[in-house]
Amino acid sequence: MEVRVANVRKEFDRFPALHDVSLDIKSGELIALLGPSGSGKTTLLRLIAGLERPTRGKIFFGDEDASQRSIQERNVGFVFQHYALFRHMTVADNIGFGLKVRHGPSRPPAAEIRRRASELLDLVQLSGLERRYPAQLSGGQRQRVALARAMAIEPKVLLLDEPFGALDAQVRRELRRWLREIHDRTGHTTVFVTHDQEEALELADRVVVMSQGRIEQVGSADEIYDTPNSPFVYSFIGESSTLPVKVEDGQVWIADRPIGLSAPHAPSGEAMLYFRPHDVELLDGCSGCIAGTVAASRRVAGTRRVELEIGGERQRVEIELPVDHPAAQKSRVAFRPRRWKLFPTA
Amino acid sequence: MTIAPAKAGWRFRQPSVIPGFGLTLGFSLAYLTLIILIPLSGLVWRSAALGWADFWAIATDRRTLNALEISFGTAFIAAAVNVVFGTLVAWVLVRYRFPGRRIVDAMVDLPFALPTAVAGIALTTLYAPNGWIGHLLAPLGIKVAYTPLGIVVALVFIGLPFVVRTVQPIMEEIDKEVEEAAATLGANRFQIITRILFPGLSPAIVTGFSLAFARGVGEYGSVIFIAGNLPYKSEIAPLLIVIRLEEYNYPAATAIAAIMLLLSFSMLLVINLAQSWSRKRYG
Repeated sequence: MEVRVANVRKEFDRFPALHDVSLDIKSGELIALLGPSGSGKTTLLRLIAGLERPTRGKIFFGDEDASQRSIQERNVGFVFQHYALFRHMTVADNIGFGLKVRHGPSRPPAAEIRRRASELLDLVQLSGLERRYPAQLSGGQRQRVALARAMAIEPKVLLLDEPFGALDAQVRRELRRWLREIHDRTGHTTVFVTHDQEEALELADRVVVMSQGRIEQVGSADEIYDTPNSPFVYSFIGESSTLPVKVEDGQVWIADRPIGLSAPHAPSGEAMLYFRPHDVELLDGCSGCIAGTVAASRRVAGTRRVELEIGGERQRVEIELPVDHPAAQKSRVAFRPRRWKLFPTA
Repeated sequence: MTIAPAKAGWRFRQPSVIPGFGLTLGFSLAYLTLIILIPLSGLVWRSAALGWADFWAIATDRRTLNALEISFGTAFIAAAVNVVFGTLVAWVLVRYRFPGRRIVDAMVDLPFALPTAVAGIALTTLYAPNGWIGHLLAPLGIKVAYTPLGIVVALVFIGLPFVVRTVQPIMEEIDKEVEEAAATLGANRFQIITRILFPGLSPAIVTGFSLAFARGVGEYGSVIFIAGNLPYKSEIAPLLIVIRLEEYNYPAATAIAAIMLLLSFSMLLVINLAQSWSRKRYG
C-alpha cells in the first residue's frame, strides 16, 4: 500500500512539532525516519498510524484519504519501543488479539486464529512459546511477539517506533538482519523510526533524515552519505570535519592561501568546508593544500585519528591517517580532501 | 567471600547483601506479636475456657448465626458495590482533568477521618423515613434506615476509600502505549476497557474489595445508628459481642469474636493466595 503524506503540520499546544512535511512512500518499501530526538520523526509515524491528528494537511493510503479514518479503521500494524504487550495474555492470545476483537463475518473462527498465531510465531522464530506470558520472555523475544501481533491483522502499513531502542547491541544487530529478511519475505510497506544512523543506513531502502520538524533529505544510503544536501545531514550522518573558508574567483581559500580546491559555481564569500576525515589525500609538499601541526593523535581501531591545528587561527580539524604514518606530535601534515562540499555561511 | 553450600529441602531465600535482614525480621515479628498475636490469642484462650459443647451452642445459636450472616452478608454486598463505584471514581480522578478535581480527590478520604458515629448519625438522618432522602424513598416502599439495607449504605460509605486508594495508583501506572496498541489492532473503546484495562486492574480491585470487606465486617460505630439493631433482623455481630459484654457474659462474647476472626482470616487468606497466584503468572 502506498502512503502519501501531504503538507502535514502538527502542533502540540501551539508549539509546532512538524512544519509542512510531505513524503511519498512506495508500496513494499522499507523506509527509515532518522533524526535526533525532538526532530519530529516519532510524531510523523504516529500521524501515519492515526494515533495523532494532523493540525493541517492530509495522509493518503493509496488514493484514500486516511486522515478522516479512526485508528481502528486504518488497519496499521504499530510496534512500540517498549513492546506494549498485554501482560495478562499469553503470547498466542497477544498475537490473536487483533483478530478476536473483530465483529461479525470478518472475525475468523477460534481455530483459525490459533493457527494464524502459531504460523506467525514460526515466522518470528518463536515456535513453541504460545503458552508463555510476556513476563517470561527476553526483550528481544518480546519485540518479536509485538511484531507478530502487528502483522496478524494483515496491516496496510507496518509502523515501528524505535523497535530496537530498548535492546542491547548484540540483539539489535541480530534483529536488524532478521527484520530485513521478514520484510523481504512478506513485502509489507514498512516505516520505522530510529536515531541510530547505522541501523537506518543498513536496513532501509530509503532514509528520511529529519531535523527540527522538517525533512532534510530523502534518499538511499548512498545518496545520503555521499551527497548530503545540507550541513545538518553532512554532520549528522557519518563523521565529518569542518573548516571555515573563503571563496574567491572560484577558488577556496583559508586565510590568504588557496588550498587547491576549485569551486567554480560557488558564490563568493564566507563558507564552511565539509569533508569526511577518512576521505583525504596526504601530500608531501604544499602548494595548494591544507597544512597544519598535529595537536593530538589517537588510535581508533585500524586507523589513527589526528587533530590538526590549521593556520594562524589555530582552527582544529580531524583527519584519519594510516597507522604507520610517521606523524608524531608537532610535526606538519599536509592534505587535501578528496571529496568535499561547501555550504555558504549565512 | 564464601558461598554457603546449597542445602536440600526448605530454607530461607538468601537475603540480599544489604545488611539488616536479621534485625528487621526480628523487629517485625516482635511487633506483630505484641500488636496482633497476643491480643488475638488471648481471645482464643478466653473462648477456649468455655468448653467445646458450650462453644458450639453459642456458635449455632439462632441469634449468633443471624448476626454473623447479616455482618458478613452486608459487608460483602457493600464491598461489591464499592468495587464498581470506587473503580469508577478512581477512573474519573486518574483520567480526567476538571476544576475541583483535587477537592474531590481529598473528599474520598473523608470516611477515613470522620468519626464513624458521626457518619452513622448523618446517614440515619438522611435515610430515616422523614429524612431528605428517606421521604423520597418511602412512597416507593423502600425503607433504608433501620433495615439491613441501611447497614449496606453505611458500609458503602465506610469502605469507599479503600477501593479508590488501592485502584488509583495502579490505574495511574497503566501504560498509554498498551491502550494505543490495542486501538491500532482494531479494538474499540469498550473492548480496550474490558479486555485490556480491567484484567490489568483486577489484582488491585480484589485487594480493594478485601480491604473494604474486612473493614465492613468489623464496622461498629456507624452501623449501630442506622441499623435499628433488631435481633435476628438487623443486629450485626460486633453489636452482639458488645451486648454480651454488657451482660458480663465474657465467654460468649469471646466465642462470637473467635468465630468472626476465623471466618475473616480464612476469607482474607484465600483472597491473598489467589492474588499471589495471579502475580506469579503475570509478573
